Amino acid sequence: MAVATPTRAFGASIRRREDPRLITGRGKFTDDIHLANAATAMFVRSPHGHARIVSIDTSAASAHPGVLGVYTFENVKGFISGMPCAWPTTNTGDTLKLATYPPLADGKVRYFGEAVALVVAVDPNTAADAVDLVHVDYDPLPAVINNEAAVAPGAPLIHDSAPGNQAFRWSLVGGDTNGALAHADVRISQTLVNQRLIATPLETRCAVADYNPASGEVTVWVTSQNPHIHRLLIALSTGIPEHKIRVIAGDVGGGFGAKIPYYAGEALCIFASKELGVPVRWSESRSENYVATAHGRDHIQHIEVGATKEGKITALKVTAYASLGAYPSTAAPGVPTWLFGCIIQGPYDIPNNEVHVIGVYTNTTPTDAYRGAGRPEATYMLERVIDLVAAKVGRDPVEVRRLNFVKKDQFPFKVANGTLTYDSGDYELALDQALHTVDYTHLRAWQEEQRAAGKLVGIGFSSYVEICGLGPSSAANAMGFAGGLYDSATIRVHPTGKVTVFTGVHSHGQGHETSFAQIVARDLGLKVDDVDVIHGDTDKVQHGMGTYGSRSAAVGGGALHMAGMKIRAKAQKIAAHLLEVAEEDIEWVDDAFRVKGSPDKAKTIPDCAFAAYMAGNLPAGVTPVLEEQHWYDPENFVFPFGTHICVVEVDRETGETHIKRYVAIDDCGEIINPMLRDGQVHGGIAQGIAQALWEEAVYDENGQLLSGSLMDYAIPKASVMPHLELGHTVTPSPHNPLGVKGIGEAGTIASTPAVVNAVMDALSPLGIHHIDMPLRPAKVWAAIDAASH
Amino acid sequence: MEETHVGISVEVNGRPHRSTVEPRTLLVDYLRDDLGLTGTHIGCDTGQCGACTVIVDGQSVKSCMVLAVQADGAHVRTVEGLAQDGRYHAVQQGFWEKHGLQCGFCTPGFMMQSVQILEDNPDPSDQEIRDALEGNLCRCTGYQNIVEAVKAAGATIRSGAETMALGTGVGA
Ligand code: FES
Ligand code: FES
Repeated sequence: MAVATPTRAFGASIRRREDPRLITGRGKFTDDIHLANAATAMFVRSPHGHARIVSIDTSAASAHPGVLGVYTFENVKGFISGMPCAWPTTNTGDTLKLATYPPLADGKVRYFGEAVALVVAVDPNTAADAVDLVHVDYDPLPAVINNEAAVAPGAPLIHDSAPGNQAFRWSLVGGDTNGALAHADVRISQTLVNQRLIATPLETRCAVADYNPASGEVTVWVTSQNPHIHRLLIALSTGIPEHKIRVIAGDVGGGFGAKIPYYAGEALCIFASKELGVPVRWSESRSENYVATAHGRDHIQHIEVGATKEGKITALKVTAYASLGAYPSTAAPGVPTWLFGCIIQGPYDIPNNEVHVIGVYTNTTPTDAYRGAGRPEATYMLERVIDLVAAKVGRDPVEVRRLNFVKKDQFPFKVANGTLTYDSGDYELALDQALHTVDYTHLRAWQEEQRAAGKLVGIGFSSYVEICGLGPSSAANAMGFAGGLYDSATIRVHPTGKVTVFTGVHSHGQGHETSFAQIVARDLGLKVDDVDVIHGDTDKVQHGMGTYGSRSAAVGGGALHMAGMKIRAKAQKIAAHLLEVAEEDIEWVDDAFRVKGSPDKAKTIPDCAFAAYMAGNLPAGVTPVLEEQHWYDPENFVFPFGTHICVVEVDRETGETHIKRYVAIDDCGEIINPMLRDGQVHGGIAQGIAQALWEEAVYDENGQLLSGSLMDYAIPKASVMPHLELGHTVTPSPHNPLGVKGIGEAGTIASTPAVVNAVMDALSPLGIHHIDMPLRPAKVWAAIDAASH
Repeated sequence: MEETHVGISVEVNGRPHRSTVEPRTLLVDYLRDDLGLTGTHIGCDTGQCGACTVIVDGQSVKSCMVLAVQADGAHVRTVEGLAQDGRYHAVQQGFWEKHGLQCGFCTPGFMMQSVQILEDNPDPSDQEIRDALEGNLCRCTGYQNIVEAVKAAGATIRSGAETMALGTGVGA
């Protein structure tokens, strides 16, 4: 049979296979699921940050025409009494206090927007009317918003089960930090606030539940990054047997971490569908999303640094107050602890460091992972520290980075606290490429000229390493994560040689339907157009852990490659049999098994698949069909890294920051599709710049969310984003089957400190060394004004 | 409740529809829920995000800011009506080729606004594109490839080149 031309799919910037449906309006997002006879659910939400519920009167709402049911905690608790926390973080001694997280408020509301009652009606307008008819009598209580105030003596108590509002105390220690601090040439103390953010995927959360009373089966369409985790948590929290639950996360309009958690909204749609015998749909409004969907970040960090007079950091001590919000969300306790503390020394060789994290409850929306999750908090802290040290010892921040970097020949590199071993890296290579791209020497000369002309211009750096490819299950278990972090792939080669792939990770913008097809196309010698990738449906796909922590390419892709190798191994036996030679006498070249020495004698995967399905002429011991599955549990995390450089001008009159240039050099190991990689970096940088300059979830002292809509919460528009200049170095992961490392979070992690460092560099002639984010014009202007008086 | 409903007739993507709606029904909900045209999305409740952008009588509008009754007698064009005669619209092709979308949720709104931009000026500068996209929010792309997509679409329109046929694969 003729042999196809070799595929060059892997590593090529091919356009995406998911796009035709999305650009023609034929995507299937959860809110697009319209089932016959479906009822609409809506929630009555708390107008108070903290209050006792005196009474709830549902009678008027229940009597309203078209209302099918009105429910409070008392009605639903028999179905679900609490939202499970899947990451009861370890290393907390006996301090961990996981407060009960009721699906509807149980006697008390603890944050603005907490759901108090559920209304189900025949249509959205009727449901909205009925929400207004539920009368709740509240007795307001004092609220506490600030993380340190929450654990101060006399603070209002949020949960009786968590005295002092403390959720946990967590520590990691490496070396002798106090000793090194005592002997340091220079010491710096600084407090940094990593503000609260709202993920804001353009699609809010939605759920549609369809319970079948005859079979006891339920199908739930839900906006999820990890449908199998949702299925498991639904089963554990409601008692519906896991095999009776089908979770479908079809097209999902962005996640950024906020669609990892399991929320009451989807659970209560299942409850109502079971109760009423009709499908029930629920779709968040944006204002509702801003109070009901997990927020991110929200750290206050106190830092002490010791360094030599050359700027070599000898000691780093961090005490962080991290808010979980009012209740412990699905993965919340792991984010400010393990995902933050392990990577506390970043790309630097800091032999003595310790980190202490105090998890606190406040009267705010629960927090959870937000793009980067823990690693941006560490990177921002460390990159600010490097610049503060550089200023203190009077050296160029580039040289201080270089001095402190883990060097190329130190890999694999074990961090001081012993938790991580960085797999591979060449941090100076990325730094040098970034410096070369901006022409650093000339850039500094230009800055001098501009400064001489009275302009406030600054150059900011950020070098980072992140923990990606989450992760070895043994590590996940040791950290208290209630699940393994392997992933899965099934490759089904059809009789005609076309392929369907089932992956346990989930795509909600990342483009796996394309990049994963590229992996399989290379491994099996096929065209990308011949490979379909299925994800997001627990009835179709074998168990999998979903997408977060930049794990899809590394873990899901790794599983896929291993499954592809199993296909190849079986097909090789068939090919040898068909070619009537010994297995050792054929080899895989480009896209087919070829007889050594006579490469024209060849069999492709489609040839072998056809024989495997005909099944009458197979070698002894080879079973029919060509389908393989692999479960890949990585031996280590992967550690992407890079350096970003930002050039800004700050308007002296207005305090406004203009980004003049932005260069990002990232190393994510092997690159499957450069165009998709760049897209991930673009979007990540936009979110990171936004944290530096604009975004902040703001509460007043009573716990009202003041930034509760897109009018008040400033996500970037096209007109404020600079043109981004991207580049890369390639340092493959030595242990990942594909050599890949992950790129989904790099842009967000790196860009925030690059921008803030640039602004601080711009303001340094005025004697300003730190301003907390976001660097909005009014705040910067006030600092400039104060410095000039 | 029936007596409060109002009759409207609207032409959507060239097809006439007669419906009765509650006066408070938004155009976007009418398109999605009554006509089943779910390609037009809802991303906010304050008119900020532009995910719901459609073209009404030749002018791009946010369909969450318009009542269905206000569209009585109008011609409405949605993302479902962009491709014609079995071929992609130049704007669709631009978004596909330049990776102008990731999750795709904002995309229908961006494409409809881009159609408007290019009808007003088929050769806009980068800054003109960024400014004209002021009313559309994307959380995934950082906008860079959206700008490229609009430029590519403009080039296709100006050249008069035939666009790709629906059903074209990625060709790799
Ligand atoms: S849904 Fe219309 S502007 Fe957001
Ligand atoms: S592509 Fe996801 S919001 Fe624009």
